[in-house]
Amino acid sequence: MWKSNTIFNHFKSRLNFSLLSSRRFASTIAQNPSTFNSIPHANQQVIDFPGGTVKFIPEMRFISESSQERIPCYRVLDDDGQLLANNFVQVSEEVAVRMYNNMVTLQIMDTIFYEVQRQGRISFYATTIGEEAINIASAAALTMDDVIFPQYREPGPLLWRGFTLQEIANQCFSNKYDNGKGRQMPIHYGSNKHNYFTVASTVATQVPHAVGAAYSLKMDKKDACSITYFGDGGSSEGDFHAALNFAAVMEAPVIFLCRNNGWAISTPTSDQFRSDGVVVKGQAYGVRSIRVDGNDALAIYSAVQAAREMAINEERPVLIEALTYRVGHHSTSDDSTKYRPTNEIEWWRLAQDPVARFRKWIERNGWWNDIAESELRNSLRQQLLHSIQVAENLEKPPIADIFNDVYDVPPSSLREQEQWVKDTIKKHPLDYPENISA
Amino acid sequence: MLRAIRHKSIHPAFCAFRAFSSAAKEMTVRDALNSALDEEMSADPKVFLMGEEVGEYQGAYKITKGLLDKYGPERVLDTPITEAGFAGIGVGAAYYGLRPVVEFMTFNFSMQAIDHIINSAAKSYYMSAGQISVPIVFRGPNGAAAGVGAQHSQCYAAWFAACPGLKVLTPYSSEDARGLLKAAIRDPDPVVFLENELLYGELFPVSAEVLDSSFCLPIGKAKIEREGKDVTITAYSKMVGYALKAADILAKEGISAEVINLRSIRPLDRSTINASVRKTNRLVTVEESFPQHGVGAEICTSVVEESFGYLDAPVERIAGADVPMPYAANLERMAVPQVEDIVRAAKRTCHRSVPLAATA
Repeated sequence: MWKSNTIFNHFKSRLNFSLLSSRRFASTIAQNPSTFNSIPHANQQVIDFPGGTVKFIPEMRFISESSQERIPCYRVLDDDGQLLANNFVQVSEEVAVRMYNNMVTLQIMDTIFYEVQRQGRISFYATTIGEEAINIASAAALTMDDVIFPQYREPGPLLWRGFTLQEIANQCFSNKYDNGKGRQMPIHYGSNKHNYFTVASTVATQVPHAVGAAYSLKMDKKDACSITYFGDGGSSEGDFHAALNFAAVMEAPVIFLCRNNGWAISTPTSDQFRSDGVVVKGQAYGVRSIRVDGNDALAIYSAVQAAREMAINEERPVLIEALTYRVGHHSTSDDSTKYRPTNEIEWWRLAQDPVARFRKWIERNGWWNDIAESELRNSLRQQLLHSIQVAENLEKPPIADIFNDVYDVPPSSLREQEQWVKDTIKKHPLDYPENISA
Repeated sequence: MLRAIRHKSIHPAFCAFRAFSSAAKEMTVRDALNSALDEEMSADPKVFLMGEEVGEYQGAYKITKGLLDKYGPERVLDTPITEAGFAGIGVGAAYYGLRPVVEFMTFNFSMQAIDHIINSAAKSYYMSAGQISVPIVFRGPNGAAAGVGAQHSQCYAAWFAACPGLKVLTPYSSEDARGLLKAAIRDPDPVVFLENELLYGELFPVSAEVLDSSFCLPIGKAKIEREGKDVTITAYSKMVGYALKAADILAKEGISAEVINLRSIRPLDRSTINASVRKTNRLVTVEESFPQHGVGAEICTSVVEESFGYLDAPVERIAGADVPMPYAANLERMAVPQVEDIVRAAKRTCHRSVPLAATA
């Protein structure tokens, strides 16, 4: 009874004071020490709650929904390709030139394949324009043992690891040499040989997959990590949150690389989340994180290499948010000028081109020049046009590929269906196109 | 890896001694699953378990009892509450060479992970053109328990069995549980393993062959639990027990029922079912789940496609009521098939074969 009386008094006095000013609330409590004596353990400053020791404070302090300043962004090269400082992992001439070659390859490949789709020769394509640095520099910082789980805007690591332009073309045209056996739409590449898991259209499903694979690598005690890419939009999926939470609990060696390019089809980041981007979400899950200039190849290279070491040696996940801009449309099914200003797109395309910025740096080092540039671009165009021509004229995959790979061992029901289809084609050849090969 | 098996009628003091001398002739489904997991984990270090409460709690239904102590926290993982998360992580681990056994506390909760089961597990081998195989098992109780309401009682056999790339198994007895779970774990394809909570505590006889650690049942083969010649009754999981009871009742009335325990919903053993129908000429399909687009509908189509001329009566389909499961005990009883429903259906198929001339 006595306890409740004093608590009643406490609330009564609080009521009176609150009429005058809500600011007085804190001092009201401080001025009424009798209430403290009546509540058990009121003088303890800490308690061992499940999860760890927590200090008590008499103030009702809300953590702000956003900090005053956005988390700053790690950058090595300025817009002009000049070094800002020496806080980066040194890159040899050989590696730098190879990186640049691959970035240009990716850029030209995208430009040409986009046109091929517009000409109606392939059904679909999605470009990576503006994100060449993220694609290539991240791959360059990894080893072939590190396992890659892409979304669908990361063909760069495949190119870096040796997937050829012919193989790209074969997949886009889904001919009989497509190592995906014509099973998927264009740009859904995958290759075991290159430790690059097949692209799936589902958004962010690859994020928990990467954690599971990282767990497997840890169990095998391999000197390797897994890396997974996703966009700003992908970070809204439940899979992203489950994966980060899990990775921290499981202490899995995985790198989460978010390409925050400002747009998820037509949804700008302001409609995607209200946090300061994606980097701040890492700490919420107990994941170490960094924000990086996504258009700066050297910054990406350094951050990914550092993250890889932490992931493997400390057995922890790391989140890298690479800020960039999706210069191209979401895909060939999209016209982004319908929802964003053309001058915005152009500014990013010209003034922030990661390829041009890196080129300035390697030229300044004496590792590149105009002649090399035009030779490279011409040679790539030739190669691409040739690969496309070859791919376009190759046969499509055989009928058997409809029925294989559903299970490890084809069940009798599928074998029967396959035979039935083949018999039907033989019996009614005029009902089927000529390029169906039984 | 035998545990002391309790016989309720035997005084506990004699229990341990009797267990050895009777050479383990009976086993609960729970112990069958537990021993199968234990043996497969022991045989292959890549097999590991994941799920809510599978470790410290010994499993929500005690199926994984003792395994955390034996194999340690790296191989028995207590997961946060995120079905989508741990299903995705299991798939990723399977992609990279481990053999996860993922437990859903009930398959009702698998709905939160069904994207990973279908789009990541079932389709990856095909979509990757054979580069990514997914040797994962998703297991847990499925279908109605007792008094748990709509969100804990649905049977998902038909949903998963509709999807190419998955295998779907439905054990009934302890022999089924051991043999099919071992087969599922060893299989390179993703397997959905649908148990039943009410069967966990049931005792079934098991032979020495079943208890051997190399025991395995083939996936895709149904078992004829009871031979008969007048009517074929197909069932899976708990309904097999009901079908057998119905067969006893029918036998007293001169109707000899052949009871088929499907064991495997995908692949469905169409040849065993059709061979049986060609012998008996009558078919009753039994399932606990909702009727529309269910397992019974698929079996009926298979028989109509392959054995239409042999049918002497329309196929009878016994299924659960087409309503979300109610909670009150009397309502729940009406919402699931009972033995009498099966008996009446079998009689309907038999009486329809009485020629019209006999009534003149």
